[in-house]
Amino acid sequence: MDKTESTPHYDVIVIGAGATGAGTARDCAMRGLKVLLVERFDFTAGATGRNHGLLHSGARYAVTDHESAAECIRENMTLRKIASHCVEETGGLFVTLPDDDLGYQATFVESCHKAGINAEIIDPKDALRIEPAVNPDIIGAVKVPDGAVDPFRLTTANVIDAKRHGADILTYHEVTGLNMSQGRVTGVTLRDQRTGATRRMDADLVINTAGIWGHGICAMAGIKVNMFPAKGALLIFGHRVNNVVINRCRKPADADILVPGDTISLIGTTSSRVPYEECDNMEVTPQEVDILLREGCQIAPSLAYTRILRAYAGVRPLVAADNDPSGRSISRGIVCLDHATRDGVEGFITITGGKLMTYRLMAEWATDLACKKLGRTAECRTATTRLPGSETTDSDAPVSHGKRHIIELGADQKAALGRHGTMTADIEFADSNDALVCECEEVSVGEIRYAIRELHAHNLVNLRRRTRLGMGTCQGCLCACRAASILGNELGDRRQALTDLCSFLNERWKGMLPVAWGQTLVEAQFSSWLYQGVCGLDPKVLPAVRKADRTSAECDQMQQSVK
Amino acid sequence: MELQVKNISPNNFEQCIKCTICTVYCPVLSVNPDYPGPKQAGPDGERYRLKDPEFYDKALKMCLNCKRCEVACPSGVKIGDIIQTARIRYDHHRPGLRDVILASTDEMGSIATKMAPVVNTMLSLKPVKVIMDKTIGVDCHRTFPAYAGRTFESWMKHKAPDQTVYPHKVSYFHGCYVNYNYPALGKDFVKLMNAIGYGVELLDKERCCGVAKISNKLISQATRDAELNIRSIRAAVAKGQPVIGTSSTCIFTMRDEYPHVLGVDNADVRDSIYLASKFVHELVDEGKVKLVFRPDFHRRVTYHTPCHMQRMGWAIHSVELLRMIPGLELVPIESACCGIAGTYGFKKENYATSQAIGKELFDSILNASVDEVVTDCETCKWQIEMSTGVPVVNPVSILAEALDVEATRKANGL
Repeated sequence: MDKTESTPHYDVIVIGAGATGAGTARDCAMRGLKVLLVERFDFTAGATGRNHGLLHSGARYAVTDHESAAECIRENMTLRKIASHCVEETGGLFVTLPDDDLGYQATFVESCHKAGINAEIIDPKDALRIEPAVNPDIIGAVKVPDGAVDPFRLTTANVIDAKRHGADILTYHEVTGLNMSQGRVTGVTLRDQRTGATRRMDADLVINTAGIWGHGICAMAGIKVNMFPAKGALLIFGHRVNNVVINRCRKPADADILVPGDTISLIGTTSSRVPYEECDNMEVTPQEVDILLREGCQIAPSLAYTRILRAYAGVRPLVAADNDPSGRSISRGIVCLDHATRDGVEGFITITGGKLMTYRLMAEWATDLACKKLGRTAECRTATTRLPGSETTDSDAPVSHGKRHIIELGADQKAALGRHGTMTADIEFADSNDALVCECEEVSVGEIRYAIRELHAHNLVNLRRRTRLGMGTCQGCLCACRAASILGNELGDRRQALTDLCSFLNERWKGMLPVAWGQTLVEAQFSSWLYQGVCGLDPKVLPAVRKADRTSAECDQMQQSVK
Repeated sequence: MELQVKNISPNNFEQCIKCTICTVYCPVLSVNPDYPGPKQAGPDGERYRLKDPEFYDKALKMCLNCKRCEVACPSGVKIGDIIQTARIRYDHHRPGLRDVILASTDEMGSIATKMAPVVNTMLSLKPVKVIMDKTIGVDCHRTFPAYAGRTFESWMKHKAPDQTVYPHKVSYFHGCYVNYNYPALGKDFVKLMNAIGYGVELLDKERCCGVAKISNKLISQATRDAELNIRSIRAAVAKGQPVIGTSSTCIFTMRDEYPHVLGVDNADVRDSIYLASKFVHELVDEGKVKLVFRPDFHRRVTYHTPCHMQRMGWAIHSVELLRMIPGLELVPIESACCGIAGTYGFKKENYATSQAIGKELFDSILNASVDEVVTDCETCKWQIEMSTGVPVVNPVSILAEALDVEATRKANGL
């Protein structure tokens, strides 16, 4: 439900539909609060959609940040249960290369054990057997319970559950101001990005989960939070290079994690400070591509000749401690601020810092605080209640059951089952619905229709995040026009779909540009011949788009492409 | 380190730019919409199989392995090889009795030739066909090629002394069909080669090329046979003898499927493995030998390009040789798959697909109203003869028949 007829009074308005915002909306709704979740673009449009998709065991932080490591491993085990359809239990390795100090391994393993992470030193030969892609020259290997998690699915599942518990959701609504009354936040002013209309929404409490953009939200209440945007760039390889997460066993540095995610593998990340003003438009530089490739080849030599699909970058919302305005003692831990006690502004909470891995814990902290402030006493149930899509999976034998079932299904149904879990039952595969839209990622007509009708997908970029449409080898070349046609019919606006098609193709190209060589360049060229040459698609001759008519896709286009 | 200078992946699967041209040229997909098509079954499916072998699709066994997708691919992706490799790696169903029987051409042939009259009569009886259809699933429309009473190998043993007199030597890979079913083609080959001054020897040891075993997933046996054949070929090449066959599928299998699908290395001898029509045409083309034809030979024929000839790009050699025969009228037809794909068409479940694929070809053959169809592949021959009633011959046989042997020998200084 995107449009609310009347404007009810909410207990809580949550700003920002990344993993934390969606998780907070879910937690609040499950505890009986009347919730509105607002998002200026689409779910996962910020940092949630631009990371490794790594289900951290916490091992990476064990040596440097015990608290984060301990949080990670607890949430890791929780997510395996509550979000099994978003998680792939791949396992992980921390490998020591000849250039690295093998002495670090002992410290690392000890720190892992202290944090409760099951780290086990294994023979490098066994590591190669577990993961043949790993550099055969490794001198040490440790096995840890890493995995892969799909942030898009995870966030969507949280949103769906929030809705099931009565929450209202508004995407493409930007908060343009916080409504203040007598030093208290009483709600938000929203601008509908598609119509340009503004409206006020009232609530007893506003929770800021806007990630790095939370800096700007705080500023609307005259509050300063010391945020330090840290850019991280990643490369996506065309297919799975590895099936087990490979980390480098050394102090966290550039490009030392290779994660298998769905059909692809991801190497990342870099880390560099960027000005706050640049957060809306992240571009991956040639230097970053060089670092990622050079370092990546160290842990998995085959990256040197594996086709790269695209490059992208996200912004970590790092927060400096309040007593350290210089930002030197930056924490990756969770920061939960009650602005009533911190700044004397009642009715306003900011939850930030943290990681994708700890989104649920962050939501729990924020909701605990919200309940305290609102005088509610409900218990948090999000750690034990399964998310939609993971509901009926039997935790004792999820794989065997799934596999027996999977044999009889078509490839599109198997793929959909991987993406939507038990919610796949709501997807229509009969009649022509099993025709493929996206051939690389096996997305059917039925799945696209389902996403449009049930998952708040208004444009092609939304569809990509819900289904993996256009995320495969051809980067939208074959599927974009088919999906645009369905979208035009479903939403009853074909002109809009055409504009959207242009935006989508340009957004795909943006991610391909930093790695535009070899077959990736050929692919992009083929795509442009097809759309511009054969089909005559030309953005210049499309009807001019008035400012008030700004489309969701164009809003997205302001942003750096997401994987 | 040179990073990303080129993308390297098994069978070039990363080179696929999803242009979908292969799908347009797939003969199976055009008659059977249940088949995912080469792009989906090949490079697209491979990405999912790398993620989880559970994504292996049983429909991949519908692939004919005709390789027309590979011919069509502008990016050099070995789509057919990706599909065959996936079947070998991920399909864990063991071949049933019927598939073993169909695939074991060598083993069956060596038994059957010993009692050829009985076997041939049995296999052609209607009730036997019906029983085979109902019990093991060999389609009752099919007739097995008749077995010869005497193998080609035993005939050649008596001819061996005659072959020593020629100035040049070649080794002949006769294949199962010539050996057990149709020695006449082998005899035609010897006649042709002798006429141009080449003596014919057999390989030390020869086993079935393995194409039927590969498509029926008897991989360890196929690999064993392949290794034996390559050892024999290596020995022949070491003696300075090129290895020549008269079946395009055998030759294709030994040149390309051995390294790509079975992982048997043949790089050192691959270029010495020829098809007869290519070998002879190149000699004539280079002016090294001359062919003289009988003035009284007259025939109206068409040439059917077997899929594996298309893949090798060698149909031109057969066609050019045919065009040299003065009394031969060659009617061109569109290249199309005949649908049999070796043992594929013998299987009951594939019969309808097989005939539907071949229909285009059968129609154009019938419209051409020719005396004979010429082709380099024996299974295409069975399919076309059964489906059109027009006799089919190998180009070597046509040449041998049309040749003025004495004049040719003289022209070549013999």
